[in-house]
Amino acid sequence: MSVKPTKQKPGEPPTTGHSWDGIEEFDNPMPRWWLWTFYVTIVWAIGYSILYPAWPLINGATNGLIGHSTRADVQRDIEAFTEANAAIRQQLVDTDLTAVAADPNLLQYATNAGAAVFRTNCVQCHGSGAAGNVGYPNLLDDDWLWGGDIEAIHTTVTHGIRNTTDDEARYSEMPRFGADGLLDGTQISQVVEYVLQISGQDHDAALSAEGATIFADNCAACHGEDGTGSRDVGAPNLTDAIWLYGGDRATVTETVTYARFGVMPNWNARLTEADIRSVAVYVHGLGGGE
Amino acid sequence: MTSPDTQTSSLYAKREPVFPKRVSGKFRSLKWWIMGVTLGIYYIAPWLRWDRGPNLPDQAILVDLANRRFFFFMIEIWPHEFYFVAGLLIMAGLGLFLFTSAAGRVWCGYACPQTVWTDLFILVERWVEGDRNARIRLLRQRWDLEKTRKYLTKWTLWLLIGLATGGAWVFYFTDAPTLLVDLLTGNAHPVAYITMATLTATTFAFGGFAREQICIYACPWPRIQAAMMDEETITVAYREWRGEPRGKLKKGEPLSPDQGDCIDCMACVNVCPMGIDIRDGQQLACITCALCIDACDEVMDKIGKPRGLIGYLALTDERAEREGKAPRSAWRHVFRLRTLIYTALWSGVGLALIVALFLRSPIDINVTPLRNPIYVTLSDGSIRNTYDIRLRNKQGEARDYQISVTSEADLALSLEGHPATVVTVPANETMTQRVYIVAGKGTPAAEGERTDLRLWVEDLAAGQRVHHDTIFNGRGN
Repeated sequence: MSVKPTKQKPGEPPTTGHSWDGIEEFDNPMPRWWLWTFYVTIVWAIGYSILYPAWPLINGATNGLIGHSTRADVQRDIEAFTEANAAIRQQLVDTDLTAVAADPNLLQYATNAGAAVFRTNCVQCHGSGAAGNVGYPNLLDDDWLWGGDIEAIHTTVTHGIRNTTDDEARYSEMPRFGADGLLDGTQISQVVEYVLQISGQDHDAALSAEGATIFADNCAACHGEDGTGSRDVGAPNLTDAIWLYGGDRATVTETVTYARFGVMPNWNARLTEADIRSVAVYVHGLGGGE
Repeated sequence: MTSPDTQTSSLYAKREPVFPKRVSGKFRSLKWWIMGVTLGIYYIAPWLRWDRGPNLPDQAILVDLANRRFFFFMIEIWPHEFYFVAGLLIMAGLGLFLFTSAAGRVWCGYACPQTVWTDLFILVERWVEGDRNARIRLLRQRWDLEKTRKYLTKWTLWLLIGLATGGAWVFYFTDAPTLLVDLLTGNAHPVAYITMATLTATTFAFGGFAREQICIYACPWPRIQAAMMDEETITVAYREWRGEPRGKLKKGEPLSPDQGDCIDCMACVNVCPMGIDIRDGQQLACITCALCIDACDEVMDKIGKPRGLIGYLALTDERAEREGKAPRSAWRHVFRLRTLIYTALWSGVGLALIVALFLRSPIDINVTPLRNPIYVTLSDGSIRNTYDIRLRNKQGEARDYQISVTSEADLALSLEGHPATVVTVPANETMTQRVYIVAGKGTPAAEGERTDLRLWVEDLAAGQRVHHDTIFNGRGN
C-alpha cells in the first residue's frame, strides 16, 4: 500500500516517491561506471550492426561490411578438411584393398572415415551397430550372402544388390514357389520340413524325407545339394544358425511360398570411390571380415 | 537510510601510497632467504635436466600440454592420473589450514608470490630512489629530469623482472633451451609470447602498483584464513599492556614511570608494506610479515627496553601476560588438537598419494564391452561378444602385450586384425584393440544370461600383467 512519502531531508537524494509500509527508496543516479558501460554498449551495437549481418529485410538481412557468414565459415572448414585429407584419400584409392590393413595409418583413416560414411548412409537398414534387422543382413557375423572378403564387400557396396540402376549389381531371384503354383501346399510343407532338418531344428521326419527330393529338384540349383548355399548367386546357407528373415517353420514356409527380394542401392552413384573403400574397410573390420 | 553522512561518505577509498622503510633484523633476514630460495626455485627449475631415455623429454619438470603429460623428475603423470594433482591441491589446502591455525598468516607474510615479488620490487625501488623519505620527497617533487630518470629506471627494472617472470613461466610448458632460442629468434609459438606479455604486465602492475591492494581487495585467502585462526594461534601482535600509554621520548629525559614502553616513534608503521599500524591490533590488512617486530626490537634496544613490544604471541598469552602470568610455550600453541588433526589429514592424503604412486601399474587398460548389439550369433550357432580394450603403454619404447581371458566358462578369445593374441603398442601411446570372445553353441555361457570373465593383459617384456573384470552376455538376455 502506498502512502505519502516522507519529506526529503536536506542533503538527501530525492526518493522515487514509492513507499511501502513506510519503506522508501532513494532515487540515486546510476553509478557512473555503469552508465559509461551502457553508452559503450550502444556505440558497440551501432558498429556491430554495420559490420556484421544484423538488420532484417524482406528477403534476408543486411550482409554487414566485413562480409561475415557462418555458413561460409562452415563451407571453408569443410573445404579445408577435404583438402587436408585429399592425399590420404588418394592413397586409399591407389592402394590394393587387401594391402590397406598393413598400413596402420591408412587403416585407421579408412576405419574412421568408413564409420562416418556408415553412420550417414547404412544405419537406416543395417542398424547403428551393424547388427541388421529382419531382411537386412547382420554385418557383424561370419555369414555372408555374396562373400565377406574385402573385395567382395567392396563390390557389393559399389554396385548394390538387385537394383535396377546398376547393370553390374549383384542379381538373383528366388521363384515364388507357392504363389506361382510351382509347388503345391503339401510339397511346400515337405520341403520346409527338410530345410528344418538340415538346419538342425525339430522337424517331421516323414515329411522331411519326401521334401529331400523336392529340394534336390527345385532348390539345390542355387542352395546347393547340401543346402549350404552359393555366394555366386547370393543363395543363403540353409544349414547354419543365421536366418535373414527367420528360420522357424512359418517364416520358411512364407519364404518358399512368396520368395524374397532384398534390394541394396548401388553406392557408386552417391559416394566417391574413397568413401566406398572406407566403408568396405570399416565393415570388414566389424568382426565378420574374411 | 536517514544517516546524515550519506552524501559525504564515499564507498571508494583512494589508495594511500605506502613507502616501506628499510629495516634489518632476524625476520627481515629470514624473508631475504625465503625470497632467494623461492625465486631461485622458480627461475632455475625449468632448466634442470633429467634423463628419461629415448622418445621422452629430458626436462626435469615439464607440463607437456601438447602430449597431455606431466613430468616431475622420475614421476610421469598421464591425464587419467590427474587425481595426483587433485591430491596435491588438497594437501596444499590442508597445509595452509595447518600453518594458519598454528602460526597465522605465515603464507601471506613470507611465501606468497605477491609478497615475494612486491618485496623484490620494493628492493629495486629503494635501490633506485633511496629510502622512505627520499621516495616520499620524489613523489611530491615536480616532474624534472631527476624524477623522470629515476622513475624510468625503476619501471624499466620492474619490466625486466616481469619479463623474466613471464619468461620463466613458459619454460615449464616446453623444452626450455629450445624455447629460449625460439623466443630470441622470434620463432616461438604466439601463445608463448602472449603468455609472457600477460605475465609481464600482471607482474609489473601487481608488484609495482597494486601491491597491498591485491591482498586487501583481490585475494580471497585473508577471508578464509581468518576463519582458520583462533585465540591459540600465534601471530604478530602488539603488547598493549606493556606499550600503553604511549608517549614521546624526549632527548636527555628518562621515561616517566607512568608511561608505557611505546615511544610512538612510528618505526613499526614506517616499515609496514601494508601501510597499517599494528598497534591497532590484528587486522585484515596485516599479512604478518613481522617486519614491524624487527623495527620495534631495534628501537627497544636503543632505548634500553626489553625486546618484544611487538612480537609473535597468541590471544590467550596476551591475556595471561596482562595478568602477570607466564605465557604458554610456543610448542603448546603449535601442538594442539586442531593442528594435530590438520597434520593427520595432511599426512594421510600425502601417504595415500605416495602409496598410489608406487602401486600404480606400468600397464593401464580400459575395457568397454560393445553393447550394440550385446551379442552376435555366428553361423555355427556360437555366441560372440565384442570388447574394446584401450591399452596405454607408459614406457618409452614399443611393447608387446598378450591378451587373454580367464573364466569358469569355456570361452575362446581372438583379436580383430591379428592372427595371434599379441598386440604391439608404440612407445608412449594409447591404442584401442577390438577383442572377440566366443562361447560355443549350447554351452551355458552361450545360452545363459551373463557370465563373469576376466581379461588379462600381460606385458611380455616386463612380465607384468593386469586384469579387468567384465561380463559375457549370452542368448538368455
